[in-house]
Amino acid sequence: METPMIYYIIISTIMFFAGVYGFITRKNMLMMLISIELMLNAVDINFAVFNRYLYPDAMEGMIFTLFAIGIAAAETAIAIAIIINIFRHIRNIDAENLDDMKY
Amino acid sequence: MDLSQYPLIWEYMQPELLLLAATVLLFFIDLFAPSRFLDKWFSAIACVLLVAVTAISCIPGTESHTLFGGMFVTTPMTTMVKMILNIGTLLILLQAHEWINSEACKIRRGEFYELLFFTLFGMYLMISSGHFLIFFIGLETASLPIAALVAFNKQGGESYESGAKYLFTAVFSSALFLMGISFMYAISGTLYFDDIATVASANTALFIVALTFIISGIGFKLSLVPFHLWTADVYQGGPTAVTSYLSVISKGAAAFAFLWVLFKTFSPSPEIWQGILYALIVLTITLGNLFAIRQKNLKRFLAFSSISQAGYIMLGIMAGSAQGMTALVYYVLVYIFSNLAAFGVIAAIENKTGKVSMDDYDGLYRTNPKLSLTMMLAMFSLAGIPPFAGFFSKFFIFTSAVHAGYYILVLIALLNTIISLYYYLLVVKAMFINPNDNPIAAVKSDTSARIGLVICVAGILLLGIVSAVYGYLSGMSFGM
Repeated sequence: METPMIYYIIISTIMFFAGVYGFITRKNMLMMLISIELMLNAVDINFAVFNRYLYPDAMEGMIFTLFAIGIAAAETAIAIAIIINIFRHIRNIDAENLDDMKY
Repeated sequence: MDLSQYPLIWEYMQPELLLLAATVLLFFIDLFAPSRFLDKWFSAIACVLLVAVTAISCIPGTESHTLFGGMFVTTPMTTMVKMILNIGTLLILLQAHEWINSEACKIRRGEFYELLFFTLFGMYLMISSGHFLIFFIGLETASLPIAALVAFNKQGGESYESGAKYLFTAVFSSALFLMGISFMYAISGTLYFDDIATVASANTALFIVALTFIISGIGFKLSLVPFHLWTADVYQGGPTAVTSYLSVISKGAAAFAFLWVLFKTFSPSPEIWQGILYALIVLTITLGNLFAIRQKNLKRFLAFSSISQAGYIMLGIMAGSAQGMTALVYYVLVYIFSNLAAFGVIAAIENKTGKVSMDDYDGLYRTNPKLSLTMMLAMFSLAGIPPFAGFFSKFFIFTSAVHAGYYILVLIALLNTIISLYYYLLVVKAMFINPNDNPIAAVKSDTSARIGLVICVAGILLLGIVSAVYGYLSGMSFGM
C-alpha cells in the first residue's frame, strides 16, 4: 500500500511554518539560516510529492527541486560569508546586535 | 534537443549571451592584466563593454520569438526594457568610477563590476522568462550577488549589517515565492506561463493561496509596503553606487517582471490579484510618503521615496492594458534618470566629505551651484512638477489607471503626490534657503561623474518633451 499524498503535505506544511516561526523568533543568525533551510526544504518536498502523485508522466517538479537545492546552497554560502564578516566586527552573531540603523 | 536550434539561440538570446561573454572577459582581464593597466583602464573597459552589448544586441526589433519550447520569450518590449536597464547601469558605472577607484576599494574593483554585470544577466532572464524555473533562477541570480555587493565595504561600519538584513529578507521572500510556485504546480501540473493561464481553474482556495505567496515573494523585491522593512536600512548602509543600483535597476526589472507574470499567467483571473494589488498600492504610497517626511539621512529619505514610487509604478499593472504597460516602462525610464541624478549628487558629496545628512546640505547652493541645481531638478522630477519628465510619467500612469476605472485609487495617489511634494521641497529648501555659516566646501567631482549627471539632467529635461519616446514605447506594448 502506498502512503497517501496528504501525509507528505502535512509534513511539508509543518516544516514550512516551523521555519517561518523559527525565522521570526530566533536571535542567533545561524539558527535563522537553519530556519530558512527548513522552509526551502519543505518546498522541495512539495514539488517532489506533487510531481510523483499528481503528474507522474513529466519530471518538471523533480527538475525544479534540483535547481532549488542548488540555489539554496548558493544562498547559504553567501549568508555564511556575511555572518563570518559580522562575527569579525562585533564578536557575536546575534541579530539583536545589528541595530545601528533603525526607523 | 535537435541541433538546428543553436543558430536560433544565438540570434534570439544575443543580449544574454553577449553580457555573459562581457562578464567573463572582464573576469579574465581583472585576473591577468598588470595592476597599473587596470588602475587606468578597467572602469573604461567595463563601460565600453556595456555600451557594446547594448548597441549590438539591445535594439528592439519587430518580431517576438520563443526558445526552448517556450521557456525563454523575447518580444520587442523585453528587448527595450533590457536597453533601459543597460542605460541605467551605465549611468551608475559612470557615477561609481571615482569611488571604486579610490585607494580603499581599488583591490576589489573587479568583483564590483563582475557581480553587477551578473545581476544584470539575472534580470534579463527574469524579464524574458516564459517558465517559472527561468523566472526563479533569474530572480535569484539578480538578488544574491546584490547581497554581496551591499556588504561590499568590508571594513565599513554599517555595510555588513545591511548585507545581513538584505540577504535574510531576500532568502525568506524567495522561500515564500517558491511555496507559491509549488502550489501553482499542484493546481496546473505545469510551470509554463501560457499553460498555467489556460489550465489553472481560478477561484479555488489553493489558487488564491498560491497567488498570495507569489505576490508577497515579488513584493519583497519591489519593497511594497508590508514587505518594505529592509529597504531603508539596506539603502543607508550599502555603498551609494549599490544603493542606487538597488533602487533603480533592480526595482525597475522586478516591476516589469511582475507585470509580465501577472499579464501572462494570471490574466484569466484579474479580479483576484487586482484586489490584492489595490490594497498594496494604497498602503505603499501612503506609508512610504509618511515615513519619508521624518527622515534626516538623505539615503534613508530616498529609500522611502523609492518605496512610494514603487507604489506609483504598480498603478500601471493595475490597469492591465497595453496603455498601462507603456506607462509603466516609461515611468521606470524617467525614474531611472531622476533618481540617478539625486544619487549622483549624493555620491559626489559623500565621496569628498562623507556627509549624507540633510542638515549638511544647508546653504549648499552658495558653494556648489551646479550640484544644487541638479538635485533640485531631480527632486522636481520625482515630485512631478510640470515641465520635467516626472510630471509626464505620473500623468500617463494615472491616465492608464483612470481608463481602467480606478477613480478612488487615483485620487488617493494624487493626494499622496501633494504630500510627496512637501518632503521633496524640504531638500530644495535646505539647499537654497536655509542659512548656514559654513556650508560644504566646493566639491570637484571627476569627469565621468559629471558626464553621468549631465546625461541624467538631459533625460529629466528632454524625456517629457520629446513625445516620440512615449509613442515608440506605445508601439511595442500589449495588454492582457
